[in-house]
Amino acid sequence: MTTTIRHHISDRLLMAYAAGTLPEAFNLVLATHLSLCDDCRARLGAYEALGGQVLERSDMAMAEGGLAACMARIEGLAPVARPQPRPARGVFPAPLAEYVGGGPDKVKWRPLGMGVRQAILPTSRGATARLLYIPAGQAVPDHGHRGTELTLVLQGAFADSTDRFGRGDLEIADEDLEHTPIAEAGEDCICLAATDAPLRFNALIPRLLQPVFRI
Amino acid sequence: MTAEAGEDWTAHLLAVRDRQDRVAFAALFQHFAPRVKGFLVKSGTSPALAEECAQDVMATLWQKAQLFDPERASVATWVFTIARNRRIDMARRAARPEPEDLPWGPEAEPDQHAALELAQETALLGDALARLPQAQRALIEKAFYGDLSHSEISEQTGLPMGTVKSRIRLALDKLRQSFEGARG
Ligand SMILES: [Zn+2]
Repeated sequence: MTTTIRHHISDRLLMAYAAGTLPEAFNLVLATHLSLCDDCRARLGAYEALGGQVLERSDMAMAEGGLAACMARIEGLAPVARPQPRPARGVFPAPLAEYVGGGPDKVKWRPLGMGVRQAILPTSRGATARLLYIPAGQAVPDHGHRGTELTLVLQGAFADSTDRFGRGDLEIADEDLEHTPIAEAGEDCICLAATDAPLRFNALIPRLLQPVFRI
Repeated sequence: MTAEAGEDWTAHLLAVRDRQDRVAFAALFQHFAPRVKGFLVKSGTSPALAEECAQDVMATLWQKAQLFDPERASVATWVFTIARNRRIDMARRAARPEPEDLPWGPEAEPDQHAALELAQETALLGDALARLPQAQRALIEKAFYGDLSHSEISEQTGLPMGTVKSRIRLALDKLRQSFEGARG
């Protein structure tokens, strides 16, 4: 499964994820990719080790009695057991399934026309996450990019003139990217996307339909 | 200061994990609690709150000791991830979805060699960090303290990895390989 993933998390994003400084919507997309990708999990482990070494260099004296206070805290704590391995997964890996409350059938899709549907997921400010459902063969709604946009394919595939993105592949687009990706024939395409720019997507539908559905 | 091959923190944490060893925990506390406090203060937390949180992080270390896997993380790395998650909770900046906790391959017997190799690679990484020119090390530290905003990082192309000297890059690569080797 993981051997087919060709588009991965960039070093910059992975380091920021390890540092814990990204907005929630980005965390969600990256945690979902990491759930599908051993390669990025190994790289994340290296960046977390770097964080550990930064921590090693951050010594600052504690007040007296810290250990005793900590032991007092521990008295009231029940140990946390190792979780059981989870059963086989569906289309949505665990981090996403928790947001949605299940698989694609649990998503509250809203139609955007031409069979395309989307669902905005509740996340904190700073970035927006949404699921997109694009019928096979249909153009992916493209709204131009301001800021950074991450798009993770969960089912089906999309392709533009230069590349193809299948399940697990992560497209990292900055504002320079101009493209019109199209969902491949065959299986309908489901993507999880996050952007740190304000969505200009469903504000004024008639005006939007043109740029959104240009083919 | 740096991760020198002095104390075997992995052995201490395994003693806590396997037999609730309070002496081992006290040694872990003396070493790591001040580092968690410093990490949080440098991340912008007040010293008083950072002191509280350091106790909290160390209590979590005790409570979650069953989850510690020396083939996947050194103690410093593991403490860092707990402190980082605590900082995220505190800031209420963002919930943090965690990746699925998948096994790396067929469940293997605990592999002392893999754990040792990981600890050694992590120490190498600490040495590489210590030997970086101050300005470059400061960039990495700022990235982990959360001092660099996401957009600041974006503005400086390739930062911070692009400016990092090759030895830390190499240390990271070696560490990644040891993860992949441990995958079985
Ligand atoms: Zn990946």
